[in-house]
Amino acid sequence: MAVMNYAAAAATSLGDAMRRDSAVVALGEDVGRGGIFGQYRGLQEAFGSERVIDTPISEATIMGAAVGMALTGLKPVIELRVIDFALCAMDEIINQAAKNRYMFGGQSHVPAVIRMPIGIWSASAAQHSQSLESWFTHVPGLVVVAPATPQDNYGLLQAALQCGDPVAYFEHKELWALDGEVDPGQPVPLGKAALRRSGDDLTIISWSKAVHWSLDAAEILARDGIEAEVIDLRTLWPWDREAVFASAAKTGRVLVAHEAIQVAGFGAEIAATLAEQTDARVARLGGPRAPVGYAPVLEAETRVTPSRIAAKARELLAR
Amino acid sequence: MMCRIRAFEDAAEEASRGGVAAFGQQAVGQAQVRGPLHLSTGQEAVAAGVCRHLRPNDYLTSTHRGHGHTLAKGADLERMMHELFGKATGFCGGRGGSMHIADFSVGMLGANGVVAAGIPIALGAAQSIKIRRVDAIAVTFFGDGAINRGPFAESLNWAAAFNLPILFVCEDNQWSATTKTGTMSAGQGAAARARSFGIEAEVVDGNDVGAVSETARGMIADIRAGKGPRLLHARTYRFKGHVSVDPAIYRDPKELEAALKSDPLLVTAAQLRAHGVAPTEIDAVLQAARTEVARAVETAGQAPWPAASDAFSQIQDTGAGQWL
Ligand SMILES: Cc1ncc(C[n+]2csc(CCOP(=O)(O)OP(=O)(O)O)c2C)c(N)n1
Ligand SMILES: [Mg+2]
Repeated sequence: MAVMNYAAAAATSLGDAMRRDSAVVALGEDVGRGGIFGQYRGLQEAFGSERVIDTPISEATIMGAAVGMALTGLKPVIELRVIDFALCAMDEIINQAAKNRYMFGGQSHVPAVIRMPIGIWSASAAQHSQSLESWFTHVPGLVVVAPATPQDNYGLLQAALQCGDPVAYFEHKELWALDGEVDPGQPVPLGKAALRRSGDDLTIISWSKAVHWSLDAAEILARDGIEAEVIDLRTLWPWDREAVFASAAKTGRVLVAHEAIQVAGFGAEIAATLAEQTDARVARLGGPRAPVGYAPVLEAETRVTPSRIAAKARELLAR
Repeated sequence: MMCRIRAFEDAAEEASRGGVAAFGQQAVGQAQVRGPLHLSTGQEAVAAGVCRHLRPNDYLTSTHRGHGHTLAKGADLERMMHELFGKATGFCGGRGGSMHIADFSVGMLGANGVVAAGIPIALGAAQSIKIRRVDAIAVTFFGDGAINRGPFAESLNWAAAFNLPILFVCEDNQWSATTKTGTMSAGQGAAARARSFGIEAEVVDGNDVGAVSETARGMIADIRAGKGPRLLHARTYRFKGHVSVDPAIYRDPKELEAALKSDPLLVTAAQLRAHGVAPTEIDAVLQAARTEVARAVETAGQAPWPAASDAFSQIQDTGAGQWL
């Protein structure tokens, strides 16, 4: 057990995996100097430039080459810097990595972890602040993961590397400095949510950084005697229906809160599933359908916040 | 090999009549090979001339027009035909069809429905060869149209930067679907672009299997010797439409007429005759290939369809597909 931040947890996790399994490699821009967020710190020194591979600024080819590596016995971890730049590699992710095994009838597997940090990166404006995780939940072949804590970033990266499928791995651009205890011996399975707070009055489902806002919202609500249960989904595909349904049965009211734009966000999928299959009353809160602006006032206007989550929760309870 | 490819393409073409609605044609429903079928008829010398220098553990990626490459890399002809028919016994169990033909057991890492997408995959295979310290190379075939997509330029740069064991083969049939590629391409073509990245490149007559083979042999020897990437630009011609049902009314019939005179099979036959091989012997090779293909068509017709439940298998281990 050690205290480390979210970035160090990822670097430590990847290092541990590389030590255990010589097939694991990492490739992307600037990884040799530790990555721009420190999420690869020390790895090239430890494993050499042949396994921690600095690449040209060629996102499509970084991802395409990773597919070729995965098809020939390696397990690549692909650094795409932020989700916004991963858009340059969409064919390679969606048509090449995700479809490979199926198209070729199971002759091939693409074990790969595709790192594409999401979220508003404060003061970085519209092309560095998106949360597009829901796009990837739509794609058969992909596993979709979004850790909210250092422990989960350590453990989910291990699980993602072991699962053998291509994993869309969404860290958060503003969680890198978050400290927390990390126990490398504590596995974090894919597809299992974490209960972050217990409560009887309503359930808030969330993931990534919005989990922390949801917990803050629960504190706000608690001042008025409202006890919210907070579930961190951790894996968006496959999502933990069992945990969500159990909590919905207990509280009868479920709010899904996420940073991504609400329209066609993954909250819609959860809310619709609950509406179809349970008696729970559902609500969702995501960002407005607007690009993220640069000026502080513009950025703040588009942020999902604890108070906005709390307000939405009260609305749901009043229905 | 060239005869086997020709026989395969001819039979697939025949079985695909009415198989897709495009280019003013209607799908009639009973075709055995359905969907877009991109034939490499007339381009056989490129696949045959390059792949004869490859070993089973060398890797290959291909394009939407990939039957010839796949056969030449050593894939089983019968299982290929079964895949075109969509049968459970095909290489991909009927999930892929013509555009996703592949035989990983001989290092053929797949045709591709996306133009230029196979290039970076072969690049990654080449880097993997280096990382794993395997004695092998990677080869990628792509069309003349593909050189206008970004992954081609990115991959040339990358291959040179990492000195990777990869052969780029531009199979230049002069057409990109209904567009004459030259009208949409600046500069002097694939070889010039490669040279601008410091990659040695050569242009050959892609209808002369001897010339392709001789050039490929030298380049592949260099690549195996660790001298880095090479690019081979083979000039050939697409005898058929873009897909099998395309009558190609957009091109001058005289252009095809002229091209048919340098049919790679005729060119090779003439060369063999000049070396004293009897015409009957040459005909026998093509006949044997047609017999082999006819058998494959027959067994493909009889082979079972995949189970409907196969729609949900081989997708992923974690969170596999289903109706919800
Ligand atoms: C990225 C992408 N754009 C467009 C297409 C549609 N398309 C399929 S084949 C083709 C022409 C490709 O020309 P070329 O690379 O010369 O290959 P050829 O068909 O001549 O073998 C096009 C435009 C595609 N499959 N992928
Ligand atoms: Mg072409």
